[in-house]
Amino acid sequence: MNAIRVIVGLFCMLAMLWIPPNLSAEIKYLDLTNPFIRKIPMAVPVFKAMGPMAAESAQVVAFANNLQSMLEFSGYFKMLDRDSFLYDSQRSGIDDQSIQFSNWTAVGAELLITGGVQVQGDDMAVELRLFDTFKAKLLVGKRYRGQVGDQRTVARRFSAEVLKALTGNPGFYDSRLAFVSNGSGNKEIFTCDFDGANVQRLTDKRSITSFPAWSSDGKHLAFTSFVNGPSQIFILNLKNRQETNVRYKGVQIAPEWVPGRFELSATLSFAGDQEIYMLTGNGKMIKRLTNSRGIDVGATWSPDGKKIAFVSKRSGRPQIYIKEISTGRVHRVTFEGRYNTQPCWSPKGDMIAYSSMGQGEINIVVIDVEGNNPVQLTRNQGDNEAPSWSPDGSLIAFSSTREGKPRIYVMTAFGTDQRRLLMMPGEQSHPKWSPNIPY
Amino acid sequence: MRKNMWMALALAVILPTMLFAISCAKKQVETGTQAPEPVAQQQVEQPVVAPVDNADEKARMEAERLQAQEAERARMAARNAFVNEDVYFEFDSSALLPMAQELLKQKADYLRAMPGLNVSIEGHCDERGTDAYNMALGERRAESAKAFLVNLGISASRLNTISYGEERPADFGHNEEAWAKNRRAHFAVY
Repeated sequence: MNAIRVIVGLFCMLAMLWIPPNLSAEIKYLDLTNPFIRKIPMAVPVFKAMGPMAAESAQVVAFANNLQSMLEFSGYFKMLDRDSFLYDSQRSGIDDQSIQFSNWTAVGAELLITGGVQVQGDDMAVELRLFDTFKAKLLVGKRYRGQVGDQRTVARRFSAEVLKALTGNPGFYDSRLAFVSNGSGNKEIFTCDFDGANVQRLTDKRSITSFPAWSSDGKHLAFTSFVNGPSQIFILNLKNRQETNVRYKGVQIAPEWVPGRFELSATLSFAGDQEIYMLTGNGKMIKRLTNSRGIDVGATWSPDGKKIAFVSKRSGRPQIYIKEISTGRVHRVTFEGRYNTQPCWSPKGDMIAYSSMGQGEINIVVIDVEGNNPVQLTRNQGDNEAPSWSPDGSLIAFSSTREGKPRIYVMTAFGTDQRRLLMMPGEQSHPKWSPNIPY
Repeated sequence: MRKNMWMALALAVILPTMLFAISCAKKQVETGTQAPEPVAQQQVEQPVVAPVDNADEKARMEAERLQAQEAERARMAARNAFVNEDVYFEFDSSALLPMAQELLKQKADYLRAMPGLNVSIEGHCDERGTDAYNMALGERRAESAKAFLVNLGISASRLNTISYGEERPADFGHNEEAWAKNRRAHFAVY
């Protein structure tokens, strides 16, 4: 945790200056609703060492690589091979006055990012620019001041600016993931950055600890643990580390926060049947949300907090249903397949991702909230479970056994660019993507 | 547990004192100077192992000992069966199959014979399916076993239930044979 505080502290010192681009607001480079999206060819040459003694030479390559891989993570860009560039980073200029755009269009780059780094003692100044090479136009220009070691924070910040300029949404660069790993011998909750970096262990319950859930302000994390005997829900304040646990008889499963409120839903069985209830962030009862014989479990909230999607066995098999809280109206969403569970409502509100069991494997499917057009995103790659949307809805994290042990993977919301997020001892499961939490 | 502990304690006391008595007796013969204190101690603490000179009495005690041993063996066998024999379920079901009901009747007999015994019924699932749902399903399995026993007259207050979902498989295999063993209600004795 000290590391986080240090990073937060450093970031406060990062001053940001705006280099005004001539960007008209209506330009939309990326249409995010198109599943057959073409990746935009982008060039990220090595950054320029700007200091008089070129003391920055040691980091200009790693820094550019860092920014490039963060942008590539979005799945929107095709990164061009630097060997093909007609450009010498250290001898050429980095602004629109000095760049030969024809040299970039010649190698197929439609977008170009240039960077300049200047280091003085422990201080670091960075200039980053995004250009449209065909229009020879500056789209984003930013200057950052910080300390040596802030490269990753700068890269995250600028990546968010790039995505915001191109898509209208800053993406997921201030988000983290919580997940479960049993590498220590017990299932514990861990967190990592959006790209799998900076893995940290959050719990030390030495028991079965699972089902992490972020509050929508990112300040609390709920989870379940068997540390006191049966599975109980714990609510952890991430800032002061205070922990509350929920006290009801019977099982306590799958907590999920209500968007924008200090309230959460959970499956409890103290009344005999497993039903979904709404609790305060301190674990006090507010009300019961479902009422039907048989299992009701695993609620996920619509972004407006007015509806839940959940798993119910009311039809005899586990299927996904949506309930409008104010009217109590329920409709069934999934009809294909005999075992559909783990719904996760998309941040835009139009889709639900879930896992579907059939033909001996479990796969991720997305479906619209009316229950139309289910699209299977994974296939023939082991079991794929527990989908979780990135805060901008562009990516889905999930766990998969495609390489043997369960591990965490990420793909675009259209099922493309499937890759492993991280490699660590033990088995990993239950990725839960946080909202963007500036840090 | 408590009975076992007493037996172990008794053995722990009896064996060393007997050995001590034997070695002292020898010493007495050799040296003839030892005070008879250890013998007195042995008589005070362990009147059960007082010297036996009557052959009939010896035989009777041996028979009693064998009988007690046999009873203890039967008791342990019943207890082991109670703990080791799990109630199995079909996939995605908490309904009790006829075989499961037979087994639960035996468990009810055992619980009636052991009125002081409290048990925890653990509900488990196979690895297929997803874990939030399996946590709920595991609880339903434990609860249906409990309800059956309560209907047979066992007090609900003696039967605690806990669901482990798919977290604690009995068999770590990834095939139907393993899954069938993992879809179970297990009885744990405090």
